[in-house]
Amino acid sequence: MMHVKEHDLSKNSELIAFRLGGQEFCVDIMSVRDIRGWTPTTPLPHSPGYVKGVINLRGSVLPVIDLAARLGFRSTEPTARHVIIVTQVGNQSVGLLVDAVSDILTINADTIQPTPDVASELARAFMKGVLAIEGRMISLIGLDSVLQSTRENSGFLN
Amino acid sequence: MDTMAAIKQTFFQECEEQLAELETGLLAIESEEHDPDTINAVFRAVHSIKGGAGAFGLEELVRFAHTFETTLDLVRGGQIQPDAGLLKLMLRSSDILADLVRYSRDGGEMDESRVAQIHDELTRAANLDAAPAAKPAAPAPAAFEPVGAFDAGSADDDFVPITISFDDILGDGGEASSAEQIYVVSFRPKPELYAKANDAIKLLREIRALGNADVACDISDVPLLTELDPEGAYLSWTIRLGADVTEAQVREVFEFVEFDCDVSVTAEPKVDPDFEFVPAPIDETRQAMPLPVDDGPIIPEAVLAKIAQVNADPAKAPPAAAAVQAQPAQQAQTTIRVDLDRVDRLIDLVGELVINQSMLSQRVTEAGIARLSEVAVGLDDLEQLTREIQDSVMAIRAQPVRPIFQRMSRVIREVADMVGKSVRLVTEGENCEVDKTVIERLADPLTHMIRNAVDHGLEKPEDRIKAGKPEQGVVRMTAAHRSGRVIIEVSDDGAGINRARVKEIAVKRGVIEPGVPLSDSEIDDLIFAPGFSTASTVSDVSGRGVGMDVVKRSIQALGGRISISSKPGQGTTFTLSLPLTLAVLDGMVVTVAGQTLVVPLTAIVETLQPKGPEVHGLGERAKVIAIRGSFIPLIDVGYKLGYRHDEADPLNSVAIMVESENRVQSALMVDGIIGQQQVVIKSLETNYGQVFGVAAATILGDGRVAVILDVDAIVAGNRS
Amino acid sequence: MTKTVLTVDDSRTIREMLRAALTEAGMNVLQAEDGVHGLEVLDGAMPDVIVTDINMPRMDGFGFIEAVRGSDKHRAIPILVLTTESVDDKKDRARRLGATGWIVKPFDPTKLVNAINRVAA
Repeated sequence: MMHVKEHDLSKNSELIAFRLGGQEFCVDIMSVRDIRGWTPTTPLPHSPGYVKGVINLRGSVLPVIDLAARLGFRSTEPTARHVIIVTQVGNQSVGLLVDAVSDILTINADTIQPTPDVASELARAFMKGVLAIEGRMISLIGLDSVLQSTRENSGFLN
Repeated sequence: MDTMAAIKQTFFQECEEQLAELETGLLAIESEEHDPDTINAVFRAVHSIKGGAGAFGLEELVRFAHTFETTLDLVRGGQIQPDAGLLKLMLRSSDILADLVRYSRDGGEMDESRVAQIHDELTRAANLDAAPAAKPAAPAPAAFEPVGAFDAGSADDDFVPITISFDDILGDGGEASSAEQIYVVSFRPKPELYAKANDAIKLLREIRALGNADVACDISDVPLLTELDPEGAYLSWTIRLGADVTEAQVREVFEFVEFDCDVSVTAEPKVDPDFEFVPAPIDETRQAMPLPVDDGPIIPEAVLAKIAQVNADPAKAPPAAAAVQAQPAQQAQTTIRVDLDRVDRLIDLVGELVINQSMLSQRVTEAGIARLSEVAVGLDDLEQLTREIQDSVMAIRAQPVRPIFQRMSRVIREVADMVGKSVRLVTEGENCEVDKTVIERLADPLTHMIRNAVDHGLEKPEDRIKAGKPEQGVVRMTAAHRSGRVIIEVSDDGAGINRARVKEIAVKRGVIEPGVPLSDSEIDDLIFAPGFSTASTVSDVSGRGVGMDVVKRSIQALGGRISISSKPGQGTTFTLSLPLTLAVLDGMVVTVAGQTLVVPLTAIVETLQPKGPEVHGLGERAKVIAIRGSFIPLIDVGYKLGYRHDEADPLNSVAIMVESENRVQSALMVDGIIGQQQVVIKSLETNYGQVFGVAAATILGDGRVAVILDVDAIVAGNRS
Repeated sequence: MTKTVLTVDDSRTIREMLRAALTEAGMNVLQAEDGVHGLEVLDGAMPDVIVTDINMPRMDGFGFIEAVRGSDKHRAIPILVLTTESVDDKKDRARRLGATGWIVKPFDPTKLVNAINRVAA
């Protein structure tokens, strides 16, 4: 499997911030294709618990990841108020199930700080760093690692 | 892609078409179903390949095509008769030509001895030495060959260029000097010159372009206006030309008109002794090389350089002049060539349109809108249109099966030669169209079936004679559309399946238990059992352990089915039933543990409702169902897919009898059947990955994704 | 003035090579696949030069030349014959029927353009 790198952050990058289990996270806006409300998914056989299933996104089949579960938090019980952020890295698209989208941030790449050691190993694997903005701490999600691990754990003959 | 590389690609595509045309024509001639145009078409096909090959400097291809063409020309002209032996040779020649084309395109080492052998046979067949039409024009005296040579890139000495009087060059060429030479040209056009749209004025201009010219017009022959024929020729000219050119170059101006005018070119002896000198020997060698005849003044050198460069290395060629590509197409062509990706994208989009349309219909019905309301009626129209669009779009990618049938005729020839049998291939329905994606995946299974038919199906010639059959066996390949599928049949008129022998082998190899009663068709079906081969020796034709089981699996992978029927002494027929496209699939929509799934219809044998006495436990968990005396394993799909943790009660389920690879029958338990419908196949792998038990996904009328079951995987997973 | 050339050849490869060479030399190109098609194209066009193949289905180059020379509207258009056949009787026959000149395949683009310039105004 070719590892497709996510677009590199530069100066004045825009990020989409969202809430997940009381914490704030963000992803690079360049990788976001769409934001839509929750729709029920079709579960996939033998898939890991954090894979909610697949939905129809304008004719293509989009897997939806429960990002909270993926980061090792409690899994989400989705309702109509939940949001799916449709992301794309390379040719692969994946929907991220989050609680709500909160903000669009403009940041400088050099304001990103390393992820503190206190975060769990699992969470750290998917975080690129943290941002301190107006007293909030926002964790930057590395989409490439989320998407790649999704493909690797798609559950074939699990 | 740059222009020349694109043209080269066009050339190879065209070669494939010409090769197909060639083979069709030869086969028609062989079966005596041809008209006079057939041989012309065959000739043109080879001629055309030669022409293009010459343009790209593909010498080997040119040489072979030329010899082949020469033989064909003699057949065309009735000088030699196309008997069976010659036709066989021509068919082999077409195979060689095809190989040469492919080696030219893809690279690799051609078996030169094979080429040389066929080349020699063709030469002998045409008795080329005796055939004047095939002989290249008499070669020019060696010293002056460069004058005649068309250009350096043309290695084929058959392309002799425009005739130029060698005497003139002889008298002049060696003396070409850098100093100006005076020529006196007298030129008197005949009316024919003008009738052929040549024009004296243009020729005079061309002469003037060579150097300093004094042109004198002689009007003494011009008659009175009343006597003047408007299409006559009355003027003549005398030109005194001072130019640094050879006499040949002067004469070349009159190349096209030499028969339609009186023209003479005379070089005046040089008068200025200062310009007379004896060149040093080394210079003489160089200067003795006559200048190329086409060294005219109007040379867009860039064209030449570019084309030469591109020919030398297509990959490094400069980007195409955009203007060439973008030139407004004034041409009146009836076809266009489209990138396959664009068609695939269109097919995808139309698939989505179909889904969207059916979603919309469903929503309208759910909203309780009356069937006769304008909205509903409009939707019906939309549905009709959508279907038509889908059919039309699928038709873009549809291709006739002809090329693949033609490929098979080659396979037959090769196998027949190898096993020493005489075989005739009869084809029918070559124009039958199937989606390109299906056709591409048909080649291997068909090749194998054809090999089997020749190797195992047909008897040896002596056995055929003993059985009172013609010595030559017949293999028949037909294609036809039947109820939305394409049916391909491969049959032979051989001895039919030797059922006693098949059974014996099946028992010996442990495929069946001894003493099991089997119907004739059940015995025939054993052919598809894995590793089964009726050949007592592994011949090099259908050997390597690849059996009909592989064929069956590849046909099933295409959503197709294969069946066999055989009559002792009369032959065997294999029937393939294939979907017209891989973009859609006929499925049975079922529910399992609250989920909606699609089971491919091709796998399904029947559906039934299990009754109490039929279901038996086997071991700790396994259950079987008794159907017509056999015990068929029951597979709980919901449990298998992990949709539920407890197995369902078979008595509350519907059993779908499926046949997976190796003829294994199983009963899939599902909660209910919703219906049958055609579904558009969507990849799960693009965004996710492979999933056990799932072949692909689709989108149903409610807009939800449903997975398409991989029946083989589910059944295989049950056994392991 | 930009010259317009009608090329008549059943080989797509040759048609494309002609087009490349002629457009490179700044000429307009019309295309036809055989003699019948060529006459159809001529129905609505007045090219400065015609370049035609000999061996073609439906109507070959000979028939095509004859038809053009027999047409009041198009008889004055110069016709160059493209031929791989070095055999002189083909060329002679084309010439007798009214061909203006000829080009031997495989053609050299320079030679092609020169020949066209020679016969076209």
